[in-house]
Amino acid sequence: MAILVDASTRLLVQGITGREGSFHTQQMLEYGTNIVAGVTPGAGGREVHGVPVFNTVAEAVAATQPNASFVAVPAPFAPDAILEAAEAGIPLIVCITEGIPVLETLRVYHAVRERGVRLIGPNCPGLISPGKAKVGIMPGFIHTPGPVGIVSRSGTLTYEVVWALTRAGIGQSTAVGIGGDPVIGTSFIDVLELFQNDPETRAIVLIGEIGGADEEAAAEFIRRHVTKPVVGFIAGRTAPPGRRMGHAGAIISGGRGTAAEKIAALEAAGVPVAERPAQVADLVRRVLEGV
Amino acid sequence: MDLHEYQAAELLARYGIPVNRGILARTPEEARAAAEQLGSRVVVKAQVHAGGRGKAGGIRLADDPAQAEAVARQILGMDIRGRTVRKVLVAPAVAFEREYYLGVVLDRDARRVAVMASSAGGVDIEEVARERPEAIVREHADPCLGFQEFQARRLAFRLGIEPDLVRGFAALARQLYQAYVDCDASLAEINPLVLTRDRTWLALDTKVVLDDNGLFRHPDLAELRDPEEEDPLEREARLAGISFVRLNGTVGCIVNGAGLSMATMDAIKLYGGEPANFLDIGGGASAQRVAAALRLVVADPNVRSILVNIFGGITRGDVVAQGLLEALRQVEVRVPMVIRLVGTRQEEGRRLLEEAGLTVVDTMEEAAQRAVAAAQSQ
Repeated sequence: MAILVDASTRLLVQGITGREGSFHTQQMLEYGTNIVAGVTPGAGGREVHGVPVFNTVAEAVAATQPNASFVAVPAPFAPDAILEAAEAGIPLIVCITEGIPVLETLRVYHAVRERGVRLIGPNCPGLISPGKAKVGIMPGFIHTPGPVGIVSRSGTLTYEVVWALTRAGIGQSTAVGIGGDPVIGTSFIDVLELFQNDPETRAIVLIGEIGGADEEAAAEFIRRHVTKPVVGFIAGRTAPPGRRMGHAGAIISGGRGTAAEKIAALEAAGVPVAERPAQVADLVRRVLEGV
Repeated sequence: MDLHEYQAAELLARYGIPVNRGILARTPEEARAAAEQLGSRVVVKAQVHAGGRGKAGGIRLADDPAQAEAVARQILGMDIRGRTVRKVLVAPAVAFEREYYLGVVLDRDARRVAVMASSAGGVDIEEVARERPEAIVREHADPCLGFQEFQARRLAFRLGIEPDLVRGFAALARQLYQAYVDCDASLAEINPLVLTRDRTWLALDTKVVLDDNGLFRHPDLAELRDPEEEDPLEREARLAGISFVRLNGTVGCIVNGAGLSMATMDAIKLYGGEPANFLDIGGGASAQRVAAALRLVVADPNVRSILVNIFGGITRGDVVAQGLLEALRQVEVRVPMVIRLVGTRQEEGRRLLEEAGLTVVDTMEEAAQRAVAAAQSQ
């Protein structure tokens, strides 16, 4: 099963002729993702790594019927690219772009929700269902298929946890990077719900960080609706208040959004929280054996 | 990006908000001249990117130009929460009846822009939010339609503002919302917004923080950045495109990715050390970026050891290793360095580094432990 992306995924890459778009198209093709089309306005008729390029998303949809889009377009143009994909009826849009003004993301967030479209990101590494499809920029080789679903606000930290799981012989159903911005299309709760309903996923790892209260909301959701075991990790125990730690959304403001609050909320919901990334693998092994 | 009060006041005045305009002074003499020009009792206010200016003694009244000069002499050069005061704003002292708070922020939980108001003006709003949350009223702007007149009026009525003053208050709230949206702000506030003795509204103190991600489309606002307010290392990092936050510890960190950088800092603390910085070199881990990162870390005199934690992923391990070696040819490092490297072809990368006499370890935990031990034995 896995969630969101699998062997039936037909991917469109927006910004396919750009440096990032072209590089990751090649990487995703090598992983086995079925990329059916690319879009770069003005580059219609070309091919990138054998993938046909169109001027507009509507043309690409008419010709190739993609059911997901990967947006690798620079920040000034990314909101427009997301809206173009949503308007063309693509149900899943993954945007890796960092640096989009938050008020733009806010506008896009409400517009895609209204159209029933799922946006993942922005400022995220994308997602991968190991052995099935990769719609993102993560290194494929660190993953292995298995029963653990992962949802994370981070990129390389997620790789770290995945790598620890893989080395411990524990595979993953799907790993979803939801992004490090203050406003993101898909929240922890959205992904937790999908994992709860995915028969292949037997345990869930939630990787959060300082800033906002999405981890607290997730803890409440877990308490009420998630019956599968969940293991947590929260980055930023040592982060000072009032300073943005790399991610636009990673900031303790007004005394809110600390790691301590998030860890307490998760633990109160019965979620064991690891002290270091590699420890996640031990905790997952324990909960899997307990199942 | 933080703006100074005088910059925020200028910006909000362009939207029609009545602000208590003052004159900026960099010396006590300039403060005296400003007070002479204003010709009234004045308030002298430290212009510095730090909260709690009032409590720290950075806001003082002066009855005449001579006193303004004396007060400015005390405030200029003062240290407020680690920042040195280099400018003061001299503004007319205003007699007022009541103080309010009015602010526009992003409500992350609601995924909407919120306009907040309170009759507890003139004090720290975060304190009010903690201790008397019922004293704050708020309205969420519609994501498509924005912030409407009726919502602004509703704020006013809920604060018990008299009918004859509501229209003026509502206009102000909408002007502040418009400024927030137009400028890609992450905070725009007036605190206090006062009702003067002749029953007019006046913004006595204003604060604007801009969304860094929005600056590319506001080159005029980007120019308002005050280099004097930045830590020199943080400034250098920003210009090199590196996320860097200086901390007080002794273990310097060079990491790729924000989440992993935080987790690395946390691991250092877990094993009994203190991180000297947060540093995310971003994607790629090229020689140029690693060299820039090394320069930042070795420039901090507190650093006793360096931990390099690179999860290369798609970037090949041998390429990262070559980048590191190239960077080490450019930057002299006099403290022990521990490297942890994961990626495709990590074995080749490791061999290259070990041949150059560098310590390379397998896991983040081991790297953190060794870096902490090295810092403590220095």
